Amino acid sequence: MDDLSQEELLRYSRHLVMPEVTLDGQRALKRARVLCVGTGGLGSPLALYLAAAGIGRLGLVEFDTVDASNIQRQVLYATGDIGRPKLEAARERLAGLNPHVDIVPHALRLSADNVMALLADYDIVVDGSDNFPTRYLVNDAAALAGKPLVHASVFRFEGQLSVFDARRGPCLRCLFPEPPPAALVPSCAEGGVMGMLPGIIGSMQALEVVKLVLGRGKPLIGRLLLFDGLGGEWRSLTVDKDPHCALCGPGASIDRPIAYTPDCAGAEAPAQVSAEEVAARLAADGSLQLVDVREPQEYAIAHIPGSVLIPLGELEGRLAELDPARPCILTCHRGGRSLRAHALLRLAGYRDLQVLAGGVEAWARRVDPSMPRY
Amino acid sequence: MLRVRFFARIREVVGESQLELPLSAETATLDALQASLGTRGEAWRGALTEANLVRAVNHQVVHGNTPLAEGDEVAFYPPVTGG
Ligand SMILES: [Zn+2]
Repeated sequence: MDDLSQEELLRYSRHLVMPEVTLDGQRALKRARVLCVGTGGLGSPLALYLAAAGIGRLGLVEFDTVDASNIQRQVLYATGDIGRPKLEAARERLAGLNPHVDIVPHALRLSADNVMALLADYDIVVDGSDNFPTRYLVNDAAALAGKPLVHASVFRFEGQLSVFDARRGPCLRCLFPEPPPAALVPSCAEGGVMGMLPGIIGSMQALEVVKLVLGRGKPLIGRLLLFDGLGGEWRSLTVDKDPHCALCGPGASIDRPIAYTPDCAGAEAPAQVSAEEVAARLAADGSLQLVDVREPQEYAIAHIPGSVLIPLGELEGRLAELDPARPCILTCHRGGRSLRAHALLRLAGYRDLQVLAGGVEAWARRVDPSMPRY
Repeated sequence: MLRVRFFARIREVVGESQLELPLSAETATLDALQASLGTRGEAWRGALTEANLVRAVNHQVVHGNTPLAEGDEVAFYPPVTGG
């Protein structure tokens, strides 16, 4: 049923008059089945523009709810959506935008067991996720299924994108063979991101999807496009297949998607200690070192009195400032970075180590309600 | 001279976005250059010993080592994952 109604002809008239699209191209868009993994910063412009463009079936993978800190960049959601499941809010918004699109919500966490079956119903996969385990799962599955993957990620004022199609060019593992150690990777929450960055890069992803469907132009296969928002510069790198790629090279050893665990794979689980207990121990034990591994600009918003600031990125180089013989408690915003700091200090030989459960956020909620939260 | 550029987290950790270096034994190959940058200090060592960096010479991603020549631009990119 790919014929276009009168209402659709009017809606898509700016497409139809272009020689690169025409009626045939618009019908191809309507026949297209696109899976969007993640409906956050990148997923917002992606889903909005793909729905607006008349992609016939748009699958959305997401399990999160809308948080107040999402709205700054996740323009798919309104302030009134805070607390709602993202998929529910997204479905409503997209159905209002274009009722001719079949929005298919997939409320699940991708895993090595479900990813291949999920991809089977789609022609093109778009990665709008925010973590390496998901990115590698999606990359492995797309390459194994022989489907194109429109990849992108953002960091502060920078972004990158490429189209991975293992039949014709490199995959994510040709660029980065394995996910980096979790201890080195800041998330958006920790690294920060300027809201327009996922807007710009996610819109570019949507454009790549449309080019693939129309079979027009030069898709970003074998090219990695990098955007530096502060410098106002785009760079384009050419990327060949890595002959040693374990997924798409001639001697490939990966024959099913690989699941990585999100945090500190292989590291021993750290001892967690509550905010109340930290408060009591700080008052009683003068030798306790409370180390805050956030960034200076976060420390300036709020910090626990008596805590020492050593940003996670500097920790390895500043171990001399800590005494391994004294007890040490690590804290950060919500607990993610202190887990990575814990793994790092463990390796450096620290033994009396604990992590403040929930970070300064927990302290503000449970010990000092006058402390600003962010 | 070689022009060496750093991106994203590497740029922040080493505090430089680019360097100009003379071609020498220490910069004769991509591996030698990376190893020599890693000796500039603790932050450099941490940022440049990571196995998972994309290395590009004159805007072409390089798999494995390669000799460097006068005027080459070398760029180091870490993986980023925000979305
Ligand atoms: Zn590959």
